Amino acid sequence: MMRIKTPTKRRVKRELDKRAPKLVETGKKTLILHGTKTSSVLNTLLTEIYHLKKDDSVKYSRRNDNVRPFESGGETSLEFFSLKTDCSLFVYGSHSKKRPNNLVIGRTYDHHIYDLVELGVENFKSMGSFSYDKKLAPQIGSKPFFAFIGEGFESVEELKHLKEVLLDLFHGQVATNLNLAGLDRVYVCTALSSNKIFFTHCALRLKKSGTVVPRMELVEVGPSMDMVVRRHRLPDDSLRKEAMKTAPELKKKKEKNVVKDAIQGKLGKIYMPNQQAEFTDTKFVHKPKGAKREWREAKMMQAEVAANKHTGKKLKIDSE
Amino acid sequence: MAEIDLGNLMAFDPHHQEEVVKEALEQGTKLVQAVADALFSLPSTQDPDGPIVKLPAPTTKLPRSKPLPKPRPPTKWEVFAQKKGIQKHNKEKLVFDEQTGTWKRRYGYDRVNDDNDVPIIEAKATDEPGTDPFAERRKEKKSKVEKQEKNRLHNLKQAAKVGALPSHIQLAATALPITGTQSMHKKVSKDELQNVAGMAATSTASGGKFDKKLPGEKPLKHEKKYRKFLPAAEGSGMGALEKQQNEQILNKLMSKNSHEILNVEKAVNMYNEKKEKKQRKRGGNSSDFKPNKKSFKKTPYKGASNKGKSK
Repeated sequence: MMRIKTPTKRRVKRELDKRAPKLVETGKKTLILHGTKTSSVLNTLLTEIYHLKKDDSVKYSRRNDNVRPFESGGETSLEFFSLKTDCSLFVYGSHSKKRPNNLVIGRTYDHHIYDLVELGVENFKSMGSFSYDKKLAPQIGSKPFFAFIGEGFESVEELKHLKEVLLDLFHGQVATNLNLAGLDRVYVCTALSSNKIFFTHCALRLKKSGTVVPRMELVEVGPSMDMVVRRHRLPDDSLRKEAMKTAPELKKKKEKNVVKDAIQGKLGKIYMPNQQAEFTDTKFVHKPKGAKREWREAKMMQAEVAANKHTGKKLKIDSE
Repeated sequence: MAEIDLGNLMAFDPHHQEEVVKEALEQGTKLVQAVADALFSLPSTQDPDGPIVKLPAPTTKLPRSKPLPKPRPPTKWEVFAQKKGIQKHNKEKLVFDEQTGTWKRRYGYDRVNDDNDVPIIEAKATDEPGTDPFAERRKEKKSKVEKQEKNRLHNLKQAAKVGALPSHIQLAATALPITGTQSMHKKVSKDELQNVAGMAATSTASGGKFDKKLPGEKPLKHEKKYRKFLPAAEGSGMGALEKQQNEQILNKLMSKNSHEILNVEKAVNMYNEKKEKKQRKRGGNSSDFKPNKKSFKKTPYKGASNKGKSK
């Protein structure tokens, strides 16, 4: 026997609908959590990442002994947390003798681990260590700029992967409409070597330049650090293919016979059958009243034959 | 990179952290400026909050967080309607009710043409005697609802097979009941268990007074019997309640034992005897053939003699 279970409260239904898979995803939530041991550097870093992403992240404050993302069996509780909090990005900090100040950034697909990047944090400077005009402080949830500097982000596989992960972590909500007055932050990443990057968070100051485009000025607001890539795990090809799918409904059909021109605007091709100059329909044949019956009938017959001749359609290209 | 002074055997690396930061910011500014150039040249619409620009779709593709939702398979009705070419029309929600002269809902509570509103059902020649038409109608309605629920479950199961169940619906398996009538046991909550444990504790002779308490076991919420006392003074309303209760009990007893108070057999016998005697007596009086012996003797108490005979 089966029983249909539906939520009794409307709020629960709304919450479930929010978590349901959607055709177009607008943003990912981030789970921030600690490992067995975290250093003070990591503690502040995790808090500051939480501050940067406050509108769409969940921060766990307890230590998690059984979360080891790279080891088999160490991801089960992580995947459970991902399901529980509906987060598909996670930032996990741990500190050990072998891997001091270790930061693991990972993504999940369908609440299973998709890919992982492990980073060592060096030369960390917190938000508090920067002094700047507080008016410039970026707003929560504003859409950031990204600047990736260096050849490494293109050529080295690890950095290429890291670039994608950092973009996914900090890019915020997917927006179609953007308010230009709300641009106030930049993430700058510079490749220093094949496995080391410099990462910093800056505020934007828009200055008048005399043209429409204002002059940009970056003010470092922190956090800033060097990231050393330690281990990383790319997704399976099949999983990647699955995760990169877009809805078939959203793919635009190719528009035929329509061309857009910069000067003339929208142009179209119209296909028309041959125009028939003669009488094609017996209905409209002129029937003189006084004519003899035989003549009339003969004329009607002629018209019918002519009509049948022209029914075979011929296309003629006519460009407008 | 590093500057080397061989004369002093010295090396100097100008790429200090601060230099790196400075360079990064410079480069970053350039890049952001390049992005801004492209961004501010997009056609914008004015808004009280600022100019709003429509962004093109991103070229760097990022993975989805959840698989694409699957389309729901058509229900059995939808398949049928498709086959027959039946099209869905949106009906108005409110309908004018001619009986009451008001607008009422088409379906649901207080709806138009509700069977429950009809107080009288006319009898037909085909009606079987002894059946309640109202009960029949209710039964029919119930069976219709059950059928619809069955259809719904079937369609949902079909959707679940494809993995296209709506997010707020779960299909929970219920255990098969043994007799077919019992429903599944509910999971007992903590409070219910505590209550049951408390009740069990009081079922000893001492009312659980000397029982060993388990660790974490709480004392009973209500140790004594629940008792209710009626007002002592007589009167109307609550005051008359005691009298009413007593009467109720008495009535119950009377009605229960009423057949014992009236001994039907005995009563019938008595009645028959009385009737017989009356007949005999009347027959004696009316017969002309027999000499009336008693007519000469006048009995002083006729009623008394009668009484004696009947006994």
